[in-house]
Amino acid sequence: MSGAAPASADLIVSALVVLGGAFALIGSWGLVRLPSLMERLHGPTKATTLGLGAMLVGSVVWFQLAEGVWTTHELLVSVFLFVTAPISANMIAKVHLHRLRQGEVSKGAGPAGTPEPPPGAADWATHEAPHQGTPGDFVGD
Amino acid sequence: MIGPLLPWALAFGFAALGAALALNLWRLFKGPGVADRILALDTMVINVIGIIVLTGIASGSGTSFEAALLLAMVGFVGTVSYAKFLLRGDIIE
Repeated sequence: MSGAAPASADLIVSALVVLGGAFALIGSWGLVRLPSLMERLHGPTKATTLGLGAMLVGSVVWFQLAEGVWTTHELLVSVFLFVTAPISANMIAKVHLHRLRQGEVSKGAGPAGTPEPPPGAADWATHEAPHQGTPGDFVGD
Repeated sequence: MIGPLLPWALAFGFAALGAALALNLWRLFKGPGVADRILALDTMVINVIGIIVLTGIASGSGTSFEAALLLAMVGFVGTVSYAKFLLRGDIIE
């Protein structure tokens, strides 16, 4: 550590770390505050993309300016998180829809409410295997 | 440390992530649905990854990022396994 890095580096890394911490806190506050699961899904996804993204970019900048090396681990972590966060959010939403249909959770009280039932013989792709009318039904084609 | 501002920023970041973990724990205990608990666990993993990243900056060692990457992978697999088990009654069919 040379300590010869410019003062702007200190400012940039500090700003990114503060931004990341603030977004993580806001995301978790949304997880507590919002009324039903479909709204609660919004908070942590922002914490993932913006909060952790800012912290990881801050880490890349810090290692470049303080140690003089480019590190790629942080980019690996952020790419992996960006890819997997929508998938896990989709799975959690599907669990919620499944539990709603089973009647194991009450109807959502939030402004988003619950989604409309799917039209016709189609079904939300949650539990059953694809059958007549669902997008996965290729048997009859 | 590269400047006078960074220790304060790191202290703020650690405090914010600790508070975020406490809020996630509240949601984990409160529920009400099982999907809320899965979401709380997923968010806890995200916040712990943030703590590991900040620890890496604070200690100046690059070795903690393997831990962050491993935790990101294991957290994702865990979330998908919970969801898969609830959706299908089985994880690997």
